[in-house]
Amino acid sequence: MAFTAFGSNNRSPSNKPRRTGKVVIALLAPGLAYLAMFFLTPLFALIMVSLETPDPAGGFAEYVPAFEFGNYANVVSEYLPHILRSFGYALAATVLALLISYPLAYFIGVKARPWPMLQKLMLTLVIAPFFISFLLRTLAWKQIFSNESWIVSSLQDLGILDQTQYVVGTPFMVIFGLTYNFIPFMTLPLYTSLERLDTRYLEAGSDLYATPAKVFRKVTLPLSMPGIISGTLLTFIPIAGDYVNASGDFLGSSSTAMIGNVIESNYLQINDYPSASALSVILMGVILVLVSVYVRKSGTEDLL
Amino acid sequence: MAKEFVARGADLELKQIRKEFPGFVAIDNLDLHVPAGQFFALLGPSGCGKTTSLRLVAGLETPTKGKIFIGGKDVTSTKPHERPVNTVFQSYALFPHMSVLENVAFGLRQRKIDNPLVRAKEALNLVQLPHLADRRPQQLSGGQQQRVALARALVNRPSLLLLDEPLGALDLKLRREMQIELKAIQMEVGLTFLHVTHDQEEAMDMADTVAVMNLGHIEQMGAPEALYDRPKTVFVSKFLGQSNLLVGEVTSSSANSISIEVAGNKISVPKARAEKHKGKIAIGFRPEKATFLTKKPASSASTNVIGPGVILDIRFTGTSNQYLIEVPELGNITVFAQNIGQSPVIQLGEQVWISWAIEHSFGLSDLPAKSEKA
Repeated sequence: MAFTAFGSNNRSPSNKPRRTGKVVIALLAPGLAYLAMFFLTPLFALIMVSLETPDPAGGFAEYVPAFEFGNYANVVSEYLPHILRSFGYALAATVLALLISYPLAYFIGVKARPWPMLQKLMLTLVIAPFFISFLLRTLAWKQIFSNESWIVSSLQDLGILDQTQYVVGTPFMVIFGLTYNFIPFMTLPLYTSLERLDTRYLEAGSDLYATPAKVFRKVTLPLSMPGIISGTLLTFIPIAGDYVNASGDFLGSSSTAMIGNVIESNYLQINDYPSASALSVILMGVILVLVSVYVRKSGTEDLL
Repeated sequence: MAKEFVARGADLELKQIRKEFPGFVAIDNLDLHVPAGQFFALLGPSGCGKTTSLRLVAGLETPTKGKIFIGGKDVTSTKPHERPVNTVFQSYALFPHMSVLENVAFGLRQRKIDNPLVRAKEALNLVQLPHLADRRPQQLSGGQQQRVALARALVNRPSLLLLDEPLGALDLKLRREMQIELKAIQMEVGLTFLHVTHDQEEAMDMADTVAVMNLGHIEQMGAPEALYDRPKTVFVSKFLGQSNLLVGEVTSSSANSISIEVAGNKISVPKARAEKHKGKIAIGFRPEKATFLTKKPASSASTNVIGPGVILDIRFTGTSNQYLIEVPELGNITVFAQNIGQSPVIQLGEQVWISWAIEHSFGLSDLPAKSEKA
């Protein structure tokens, strides 16, 4: 998986002569044109919109270009709880997904090695939910945990929930949905990393007096770090910007709204384009900072 | 867990070991005793069960049947990390995410021995690699990795050190150097070494005792000189060095020797050097023990003679010439002649007789397979 390359230094064979012919430019051109058209231009447009001010002469939802940096201060002061909640939920769901996926990926990638058919079957099962629409599956969970469902009534009967408490609309439900929806993005990179784990290192560890728990902590875990890094990035980044699970139409409520929901309502309902854009830029910036700190700290360059 | 180092190696005993894998039996009824402090080699072709035996001792496999004792203690059901055994793996299996020094200190840290880094540095001194302590294993050459693997195992002063063909990946010159070094280290630390290899020269060179293994059982065991001088089976005679084998019915028997008749030649072997004294037997001799003559020699009570044969091939190997001689009805016989400056000038196609001393013959317990050229 290409994502295992996160943070690792690509050692290009420098002894080969560099080809800087027309062929190389021709081969790069489509990619560069695509990036310019569909990444750089929208990014620039987004930043410009985020600095616009309302048109004093215009009507509702009409804005004029400006450099109103105050937009940023306004959205941060207004939506700070949502921003913090987004990253809190993303962190919780990522950790949960890691805890669930690691044993699963370890089983498929290491324990099931003698049975390749079982490995393929289990990998297919991990990916299978993608064959059904993400929205449908999320709605299905809403049904399963609906106020009338036997699960909720049993929880109420058992006294775990009060008679007036429900599951849908709670932070628990949103984090549950986020974890569920993004688990494959954690499992697959972990699997690719564990599938290549050389079990002879584990044998060497136990030969050198390490208990199974110590072998896991000192050998297996560090050797699977590239998979952990790419898996957590692939779940954390999209979860932080997710606006489906936390939305009131699905698993959430107004009290669970994340930054994605705020951007959505600003953009589509109150047509406050500068605020929505500013929030998008903030989301992007915070993710970039967090990810680069994370990759630095985890020291992936030490791994192979 | 004991924090002290053992002063000397422990002995190892395998009793009636059987190991089955799905579909085949790797080891059947293996009995083995390795005395404490010995350099013991388990020699055999690939697939003979020698690596499986080693893994059983290390605890990485469990025997289907039988018991394993280390220093008199039954360890059959103990886990690898509880056994006073360390292994130098064939692939070295050095942890890629740790420095060389941390690799060597790993076992000490697990056992919570004081000053692990100091001891690890001492072990690196022993294998002459103190300057590479901070490197990663993948930055080292094969020979250096091998020595780190050795240091990582030795630093724990195990009762028993297992070596799984650790020299296999090295080139010839480095292998010779490492063999000498390994033997010296074994003498110095006085531990029991169990060395698995398919290289017969390596086994004979280093080991006090060699056990030749074939198809999951031990064919013959003894000091290298004894094994070479008197192999007891066809397999040992062919695997440990080269042998010429002659097959025939025992036709006469005296007080000290028995004789067979092959293609009109009478071949004798001392009774004490023959496994079987009756019926159809195979008698062998080593190529370097034989000489060839251009004239039929007078018959003598102390030498065997076969021939005439024709020189088919002459191979110059540096220290010796290897002659392949075709003897009608007997097949091809190999004779080595040392290049000491007085070897007979002989040409391809010349007719020769081959002779060797009766006491250099050995009688085997089994017969070569039909397809096998004697």
